[in-house]
Amino acid sequence: MNSSSGKSYMSTASSSVLWKAGGDVVADQFPAGLRVLLVDDDPTCLMILEKMLKACQYNVTKCNRAETALSMLRENRNGFDIVISDVHMPDMDGFKLLEHIGLEMDLPVIMMSADDGKNVVMKGVTHGACDYLIKPVRIEALKNIWQHVVRKRKNEWKDFEQSGSVEEGDRQPKQSEDADYSSSANEGNWKSSKRRKDDEDENDERDDTSTLKKPRVVWSVELHQQFVAAVNQLGIEKAVPKKILELMNVPGLTRENVASHLQKYRLYLRRLSGVSQHPSNLNNSFMNPQDATFGPLDLQALAATGQLPAQSLATLQAAGLGRSTAKSGIPMPLIDQRNIFSFENPKLRFGEVQQQHVNNNKQTNLLHGIPTTMEPKQLAGLHHTAQSVGNMNMPVLSHSSQSSQNNPLLMQMAQPQARGQMLNDSTVGLAPRLLSPRGQSMLSNGMATNVSTRIGVPENIRAPSYNPVSQTSSMLNFPMNHTSELPGNSFPLVSTPGISSLAPKVAFQEDVNSEIKGSVGFMPSYDIFNDLNQHKPQNWELQNVGMMFNSSQHSNSLQGNLDHTQSVLVQQGFLSGQNRNSTVISKAMFSAGDCSGHVNAQNSNQHLNSLLDNTVRVKSERVADAAPANLYPDHFGQEDLMSALLKQVGSFFSLYDTDGDIILLILTSKFPIFLQQDIIAPAENNDFDFDGYSIDNIPV
Amino acid sequence: MLGLDADRLRADLNRLLAFLFHQGILDEQYLQLQQLQDESSPNFVSEVVNIYFHESEKLLRNLRSLLMDREFSDYDKMGIHLNQFIGSSSSIGAKRVRNVCVAFRAASDQNNRAGCLRALELLEHEYCILKNKLHELFQIEQQRLLAAGVRYPMLN
Repeated sequence: MNSSSGKSYMSTASSSVLWKAGGDVVADQFPAGLRVLLVDDDPTCLMILEKMLKACQYNVTKCNRAETALSMLRENRNGFDIVISDVHMPDMDGFKLLEHIGLEMDLPVIMMSADDGKNVVMKGVTHGACDYLIKPVRIEALKNIWQHVVRKRKNEWKDFEQSGSVEEGDRQPKQSEDADYSSSANEGNWKSSKRRKDDEDENDERDDTSTLKKPRVVWSVELHQQFVAAVNQLGIEKAVPKKILELMNVPGLTRENVASHLQKYRLYLRRLSGVSQHPSNLNNSFMNPQDATFGPLDLQALAATGQLPAQSLATLQAAGLGRSTAKSGIPMPLIDQRNIFSFENPKLRFGEVQQQHVNNNKQTNLLHGIPTTMEPKQLAGLHHTAQSVGNMNMPVLSHSSQSSQNNPLLMQMAQPQARGQMLNDSTVGLAPRLLSPRGQSMLSNGMATNVSTRIGVPENIRAPSYNPVSQTSSMLNFPMNHTSELPGNSFPLVSTPGISSLAPKVAFQEDVNSEIKGSVGFMPSYDIFNDLNQHKPQNWELQNVGMMFNSSQHSNSLQGNLDHTQSVLVQQGFLSGQNRNSTVISKAMFSAGDCSGHVNAQNSNQHLNSLLDNTVRVKSERVADAAPANLYPDHFGQEDLMSALLKQVGSFFSLYDTDGDIILLILTSKFPIFLQQDIIAPAENNDFDFDGYSIDNIPV
Repeated sequence: MLGLDADRLRADLNRLLAFLFHQGILDEQYLQLQQLQDESSPNFVSEVVNIYFHESEKLLRNLRSLLMDREFSDYDKMGIHLNQFIGSSSSIGAKRVRNVCVAFRAASDQNNRAGCLRALELLEHEYCILKNKLHELFQIEQQRLLAAGVRYPMLN
């Protein structure tokens, strides 16, 4: 026996752990007795999981609130070996809990949810969850969770070792410690350096490892901030534990503590940089008229434009933001770090410093994942910035996998948001929302008041949806299996000046059972009337009409509608071309006569806030790729809106009345929104080369 | 012939279970629950299922009141409810209910209000079926235990 408490020791690398259960040593019974903390607000799952864990012979503590769990952990730091937590909980986001636990207690945390959306799982990974289980959780999945505990301890052990030896360059004490590793003293070392209490028996016996027997340091928020400040001061590359320790000047803190924390911090940063490289970081295309409100933001913008080296940026930001600790202490400096990575993206060309600022302004919103609401003035501002933004090279959604995708919005998020939707929430002004990582849908955000983005959207559905604020009705038309008109869905053909006249209409026609699940999404339709709507029934000629329909039935209905619909619709559907540039194929339908609002029945897509200028962001080079000859600048004499649109939109079709005034635009976008089998391939879009179709010749 | 009753009831039970599996009302997760039931918790399955019913009815009420609201727009909230519903339904093996919930969630993700309404109705319908069948199941099980118990008193 190695200690008075009678522990046994297994020297195999994979299982050299010792477990204490309930105060008694459970030797050689690992993983039995593993102390699990289970957190789930759903009582059904809680009960089932508890029973399953008990069946695995684990020692289970359950609670249904994250706050309770956290306080339990804080009170009893060494009381648990692993935590299993649900993602969606009412009082605290599971990921937040995850972060807390990781930083404060450094326990392995397993996330679980019924939500298997890639975004959410990715979030779990980036937040440091060691596993992500999809409900229903089977008992077999639970039988193996002990591996995470072992793995974590092994890694910490190694990190500890490495950081100590590398940073110090003094191998003497290390060697003696190394020698100890192979002996039974190891277990004492390991445990005591990890998470055992000071007064545990085994500590007393490890004389030669006294340097390791430090009480476990709690990296509180303040301490961590000091740490980060020190690191930034030294520079991330040159930060060695010794110097950090000196800078921090915290009594009782040892170099080893700093070393292990530094290791974790480095991993965290690496993870963040991975996030920023991740396709889910969407390019923010913005037209953000707002001014910077943060001093540090200028730094970021400068860095983005290459005028500031990233390191200095980090330093400055840390200094700047470190002082003004925002809402959450820890996340703030971390955000800065993230900025480093995000702004190293060379592909970003943000001519507009302002854009960054707006993102920052939206920080609060982002933090809560609440869709940002844009004030109407932003809409106006949009016009102004439209021009400048139009020149921006927007590596947009089409490059879903580009690592260059970067969204400065990310930096706004206290919690690293792999969720593309979150990023999009903060889309400045009227920039389209980009969903990531895959199906990316675009929302124009300008008038959004009820912008909602989904968390963990199921695979096929990528439509963040929102209801635009329009004084006309922003309605979704849901004709179910027939063309119908929702009450209140009056076409805003009545001229409402400017943007507000655009009201997205979503029409779809679908079968609930078959299509709800994988429904393509709807075709938002918007009427771009502005003051064009006084051009009442005329002989409108369609030019460049693109079409999109999901199935023949839809097209039939389209045709059917053609005869009697009284409205002109511009619909924009988005394809979630997974590897293609989805083009928005839209169909304009109209009939002579008054323009009341019959909605075309199409697959419901999403609501697009039908602001012309904020809809599509396409890479400028794509404009060439797009359907040829779609720009008719000379036709647009109407407003800045139009010209702004022209600059931004990759390609579009325009509809003119006989006077040559543009009546509506059909925009093509290049990012995938929905994937669906029933969406026309983009190639077809290019086939449309209309020139003055009369209404009878609209191909369906 | 109490013994025969017990046997008959067990046959009924199995037949009902087979029917439920075949119809997709239940899936093998339910079997996992059954396996968790042991001497230390002899009523585990019915306890869990009752909790599930209780929670589900709350969720259904919430969903309905959300959708009935004319100005409803908070699809996120609905999504959260649905997530929980999906989680609990799949955890007890209620396959059809879960599938309808998933479709419901998809409609909600698209802000498809009419779709959501239809899905809700379907969900309520499926939930009723599930509840009735599970009650039936528990009844037969209880009777079987009684019959078996009487038959073999020492095994009580």
